[in-house]
Amino acid sequence: MHEMSIALSIVEAVESRALEEGARKVSAIDLLVGRLSGIEPESLIFCFSAASNGTLAEGAVLAIEEREGMGECLDCGKKFPVSFYYAQCPGCGSMRIAILSGEEFQIQSMTIEEEGE
Amino acid sequence: MCDTCGCSSESGAVLRKPGDTGYHVHVGEHDHDHEGHGRNHHHDHDHDHLHHHHDGGGRKIVMEQDVLLKNNLIAERNRGYFEARNILALNFLSSPGSGKTSLLEKTIPVLLRHFAVAVIEGDQQTTNDADRIHALGVPVIQVNTGSGCHLDALMVNRAVREMELKDNSLLCIENVGNLVCPAMFDLGEAKKIVIISTTEGDDKPLKYPAMFHEADICILNKTDLLPYVDFSVSRCRENALRVNCHLEWFEVSVKTGSGFDALVDRILKMADHN
Repeated sequence: MHEMSIALSIVEAVESRALEEGARKVSAIDLLVGRLSGIEPESLIFCFSAASNGTLAEGAVLAIEEREGMGECLDCGKKFPVSFYYAQCPGCGSMRIAILSGEEFQIQSMTIEEEGE
Repeated sequence: MCDTCGCSSESGAVLRKPGDTGYHVHVGEHDHDHEGHGRNHHHDHDHDHLHHHHDGGGRKIVMEQDVLLKNNLIAERNRGYFEARNILALNFLSSPGSGKTSLLEKTIPVLLRHFAVAVIEGDQQTTNDADRIHALGVPVIQVNTGSGCHLDALMVNRAVREMELKDNSLLCIENVGNLVCPAMFDLGEAKKIVIISTTEGDDKPLKYPAMFHEADICILNKTDLLPYVDFSVSRCRENALRVNCHLEWFEVSVKTGSGFDALVDRILKMADHN
């Protein structure tokens, strides 16, 4: 269940920044989750609601943008989409693949509601 | 609630020492409490301002930060500490029962001829593994993660503070037995070593690719059982290299000692270059 400790990390990061910004509430959080990052968006959303309970981020909408994996063949240089770490180059059949993208796991932005004037 | 000191530790990890039942240190809890923005604080603060509510749709703040940023920063602090003191830190990872602790029991006495060794043991509960390492006469801290499924950089940071590590030494970190979550958490180690045994499936690298992708070295253990199990060494190795073409591969039997010389040589070489 690493999604729970990860959800807590998101709440912690968002809340400390929200406090700096003088937020009253965090209403939305935009995440970028690569398909190779080892994160299941559904269980992350489930854990987030528990992790954010009683914090500034309680009730915030988690918007998750998923990014496809891209690999590059180390032998022939061909770039192609990968959905697993054990991809095979569709050009030359090599297994020596470098992962170019798909491992991202970032908090892109958040939307806060500020204290009243 | 912690049954030793009565403080609340619903999710926090606890450090323990073999043979010292009174010793326990909570990881993380106090760091949170003293930052002055505990959860109740927000509520008190919020109520004063609730009537000033405005609904202009909110303000967007760009963050663009890694979710695991905090862990990664602490891991880099650990790494800097290890580098400055020439301590080789190795993170041992595997599913439960593949022989991590037995491997350490077998290699540590040999490595002790070359440099000091200390161990951090990660398990959800018990000090069983730390007790076994303690019997070798090397310093050991047990991290009990409670409900947690992996070690993180803060746990290692706290454990290291409780140990008197020597310069030019080896620190073995035995992670919680789990092939999934520990792959995501950098501890500040120099190398990740994943262990798989012949009683598991030879397709394990394909089933848990993230772990094998992250690892630097893979050790196949229990090769003495090969005549009795349906396990293909060549297929397993091929699967592991498909996931990570840079993976170094070793085959050992903790039981018979087969393959140990090569592994010990590799660890000594890492310590030299550290």
